[in-house]
Amino acid sequence: MTSAQKPALTLTDLVGRHGQLQAIKGLSLTVEPNEVLAVIGANGAGKTTLMRMIAGLHPVAEGGILLHGAPVTTMPAHERVKAGIALSPEGRRLFGDMTVAENLMIAAENGRKGDWTLSTVCDAFPQLTPLLGRLAGGLSGGQRQAVAIGRALISNPSVILLDEVSLGLSPAAVEGLYESLAGLKGQVTLIVVEQDLTRAMGFASRLICIAEGVLELDGTPATLSRQQITDAYFGIHKAEEPSHA
Amino acid sequence: MLDSLIQGILLGGYYAVLAAGLSLMFGVVRFINLAHGDMAVLGALGSLWLVQSAGVVVPLAIVITLIGMAALGWLMQRFIFERALAGGFLIPILTTIGLGAALQNGMFAAFGSNTQSLGAHIGNLSWSSWQLPGGIIVGQLPVYMFATAVLVLGSLHLLLTRTAFGRAVRSTSTDAEAASLCGVDPRKVHRWAAAIAVALAGLAGIFLAMRAQVTPFSGPMMLIFAFEAVVIGGIGSLRGTLIGGIVLGVVQALGALISPQISILAGHLVFLAVLGWRLMHVAASERGGWRAALKAVFNKPDLSRSQA
Repeated sequence: MTSAQKPALTLTDLVGRHGQLQAIKGLSLTVEPNEVLAVIGANGAGKTTLMRMIAGLHPVAEGGILLHGAPVTTMPAHERVKAGIALSPEGRRLFGDMTVAENLMIAAENGRKGDWTLSTVCDAFPQLTPLLGRLAGGLSGGQRQAVAIGRALISNPSVILLDEVSLGLSPAAVEGLYESLAGLKGQVTLIVVEQDLTRAMGFASRLICIAEGVLELDGTPATLSRQQITDAYFGIHKAEEPSHA
Repeated sequence: MLDSLIQGILLGGYYAVLAAGLSLMFGVVRFINLAHGDMAVLGALGSLWLVQSAGVVVPLAIVITLIGMAALGWLMQRFIFERALAGGFLIPILTTIGLGAALQNGMFAAFGSNTQSLGAHIGNLSWSSWQLPGGIIVGQLPVYMFATAVLVLGSLHLLLTRTAFGRAVRSTSTDAEAASLCGVDPRKVHRWAAAIAVALAGLAGIFLAMRAQVTPFSGPMMLIFAFEAVVIGGIGSLRGTLIGGIVLGVVQALGALISPQISILAGHLVFLAVLGWRLMHVAASERGGWRAALKAVFNKPDLSRSQA
């Protein structure tokens, strides 16, 4: 139980680079167990790089990452899955030539053992059940996102990172996904990158805003005003070239 | 005619095993191993050495060779190919060309340049045959080799489609980074895939040593046949590889009907035809079908006028 009382995730002066460009500039953050954290920020702010660094896909140039107090900074991505970090990446990255069931089985077979199995994941995301036999490549955006989240969940993580949850999805699909995600609250530490501010404020217990690789704002939806958030978000947006991504 | 067809199909099993390793390396590890043929020769000469110099019985020599080749594949992936892959697309090509040259001359130094064959060590199996109705005679050895090829490729297919290891291999082949997010270690998968691929090369080499002769310099020709079977059958499908191998074997056998000198050439021509067809098929689908593609080709002057 001692590990459960330590912060789920501790980032200390994290620096991440893309060649010469510093995408994350000395970011520090502590996330408590079972916290629901929403990450917002403009395009190119470094949200995806941060997610990839926590998951082990992007090298940490400086600083450190602790998972429940244990250092994982140099651990490769597949070992971090076994340590309890799961990322549903930007663009979903499903294995398109394999069935939905196979996509889920890969993560189940190589991740941690626990309460999440094919049947419990299908209970939590009922929209997956009729899709199990279908090839992941032929699914709609919302279905693909549900599979990607299920694939992250089935490895029984203690920290789950969801990058760009609602990007490219229909409002109805987003609604359905968040309904299912709400059921995960309290069981797992959730870090969600969300472009929709209203959605992020309604769903998360804590909200951070990243701009140009720096933590601009950190607070709870109750204490932060919309104006504060939009200032943090758009203040940066004016300073940089508008992104088309 | 029918005789040639049957002999060609049986020969295809050998080509399919030879090609399967190359296809696996390319499909899973995204690595073109130009020393694949030389590794097959290494398997052939290795098993010959075990039989002739170490006095090991043939079945045991085959088992030892396959295990040794698998270990070699694992180690080469771990210590050579992984580093080569990190250096961009040109380095693997240069590395495996160099590896092939080193293997050829190393085997020349170790085993001499004599053509050798396992045929003398497998008793009457090398010339025993069955008589089929219609006066067609099929050698027992080619039939056993074809059966082994189908069995090996079939088991490999089941391994890839039905097991946890197979799912890990396929996921890594599709998207190695996404596979690592599922807890799969892509480097480990690559090493095991290389082990299987080189063991398959070794098996093909043993096949060749049994049905014909090998020299240390037989590798490049084997590589060409492997490439041809892979291209004809399509990359990334073991069933396709088997079909590709059989097509190549049949075409060579039918070509030999015309003239023994045309046999190999016929295989090359079919390979080129299939390659051309595949390229045109891609070009056609990009231009919205065959009719549109042909129109674009024949109406080129119109096209440039309308653009100007």
